[in-house]
Amino acid sequence: MTSRSAAQPGLASTKSHWHHLLLRFIVRAPEASIAVVGIILLVAFEVLSPNFLTNANLSTVSQFFSPWAIIACGEIMLLICGEVDLSVGQVFAFAPFVMHFTAAAGLPLFAGVIVALLVSGLLGLAIGFITVFFGVASFITTLGAMLLINGLTLTLSGGFPIDTPSTPLAAILGGWNYSEVFWAAFIALVLHLVLRNTRWGLHTIAVGGNPTGAAEAGIHTARIKMGNFVLCSVLGGFAGILNAFHVTSIDPNAGGANVMFLAIASAVIGGTSLLGGSGTILGGFIGAAVLGILQDGFTLLGINAFTFDIITGAAILITMITNVQFAKLRLRNRI
Amino acid sequence: MNTNPLTLEAHNISKSFGNIQAIRDISLTLARGEMLGILGDNGAGKSTLMKILTGYHQQTSGELLVNGTKVMLSSVDHARSFGIECVYQDLAMINTLSVYHNMFLNREILRRGPLPLLDHRAMRKKAEAALEDIGVNIPSVDVEVGALSGGQRQAVAIARAVASQAKILLLDEPLAAMGAREAALIIALIERLKARGDVSMIMIAHNYAQTLDVADRVMMIQRGTCTFEGRSAETSAAELFDIVRREYQANRVQG
Repeated sequence: MTSRSAAQPGLASTKSHWHHLLLRFIVRAPEASIAVVGIILLVAFEVLSPNFLTNANLSTVSQFFSPWAIIACGEIMLLICGEVDLSVGQVFAFAPFVMHFTAAAGLPLFAGVIVALLVSGLLGLAIGFITVFFGVASFITTLGAMLLINGLTLTLSGGFPIDTPSTPLAAILGGWNYSEVFWAAFIALVLHLVLRNTRWGLHTIAVGGNPTGAAEAGIHTARIKMGNFVLCSVLGGFAGILNAFHVTSIDPNAGGANVMFLAIASAVIGGTSLLGGSGTILGGFIGAAVLGILQDGFTLLGINAFTFDIITGAAILITMITNVQFAKLRLRNRI
Repeated sequence: MNTNPLTLEAHNISKSFGNIQAIRDISLTLARGEMLGILGDNGAGKSTLMKILTGYHQQTSGELLVNGTKVMLSSVDHARSFGIECVYQDLAMINTLSVYHNMFLNREILRRGPLPLLDHRAMRKKAEAALEDIGVNIPSVDVEVGALSGGQRQAVAIARAVASQAKILLLDEPLAAMGAREAALIIALIERLKARGDVSMIMIAHNYAQTLDVADRVMMIQRGTCTFEGRSAETSAAELFDIVRREYQANRVQG
């Protein structure tokens, strides 16, 4: 490898050397490519629309993408360890009702939030248990859970939305314009640290990269997978609570498959492999922001909302193709 | 220090799975710093023997002695506590993790302080030292294992076992699926480990010439029993081939 770069004629010219370094950075740092796309979009929309970089619009965009940015963090951990959770969008709708009914039963609202997160975690634990110990693929387990949890929400709510309780906590929990995006950024930073700098993160990558090898090294693969299912569900429930306070309404039809698909799309265009074994939380966060900027920018420009789906779909396909190509290049040690 | 010259002994080990007897009355000895090669066809019982030595399976009858003390290896972790480490054929490597992460997988070094954070710098340094110690050359410990060649991966797996204080190293087909140049690198690595003398090794292999070249002694296992045992210096590949041919022909007539 060293002899190759030493023999490279490109080194003679500084310009192509920088070009090579930049290319290397983009391929090596999976967050870089999506960040470049994000910046290009920001500039483009600012040029095309005078209202884009205004305080009002920025708060709209941030509220827009925060729910799926938070969920993406959980999905990324799951995707890395080789699983996926399709039911997290239903936990998103379910958790605020648990909070409401706990508070209505006489407990303080804060306790209601804790109970809602605990119940979300238990749902994740059950999904993880079925997946790991009964050997059902998580795609199937969570497809079932998706309907089941939706049914629970509809039963619990009677199918009608209710108002969020008025409380001083509301401002922190999504009421203030920027509180959702602060939570999303905080969660992303913490989980980025967990993924890169803790045994849990390293073992999550190991379990997704080579389950047999990880087990032979003595890693408790079942524990890692179940833990990440719990994490994803808790984040889904928390995002749901934030969103409820933001719109001041607890809606049984909130979230759903839409928010879950956007979260997985954010993960994938951010550089997380659907095949397990590699991924990045920061990339997923930027990916979520890019999807938010796209949706908002198109609305500002008055472009048909249907076009957004076409763009999102195409973006995922293009990202997957480049990801596969980059991975091949990396393996050949060309860059 | 233990003065017993034999680090590992097996007496009349047999193992049955239900009605099938996988191995029968196999005995072996391994002296400190010695290298024993085990040859045999697929399904001859080499892997079963290896899995008993790693504590993965337990023998139906017979006894094992480690440093002269009788033990029943109840699990892989139990065997590890005696310094018995195995480098499996699939190497138990995570392709998407760097070399140094793989070398410290599940034995990570944590930073001092209130948070249990990984000490990447210490692991990188120790991994570099461990690889240099036994003369393994790779571009960098930051490279993903998936980007290494088969030989480099095998070398890293061996270095990992050695670095985890292995006293008895079991190598499962370390030269399989490898080109001649790569195999030569691994053989050189095994030779260096032998020269250091602090680790005893058992190598399962297919290739007679290679095995006679690196091992001090060789054993042949056929149909679950040991059919030959001798010092490599006094054994030729032709002799081993003859044993296999006799066995093959005898079974052909019977069948």
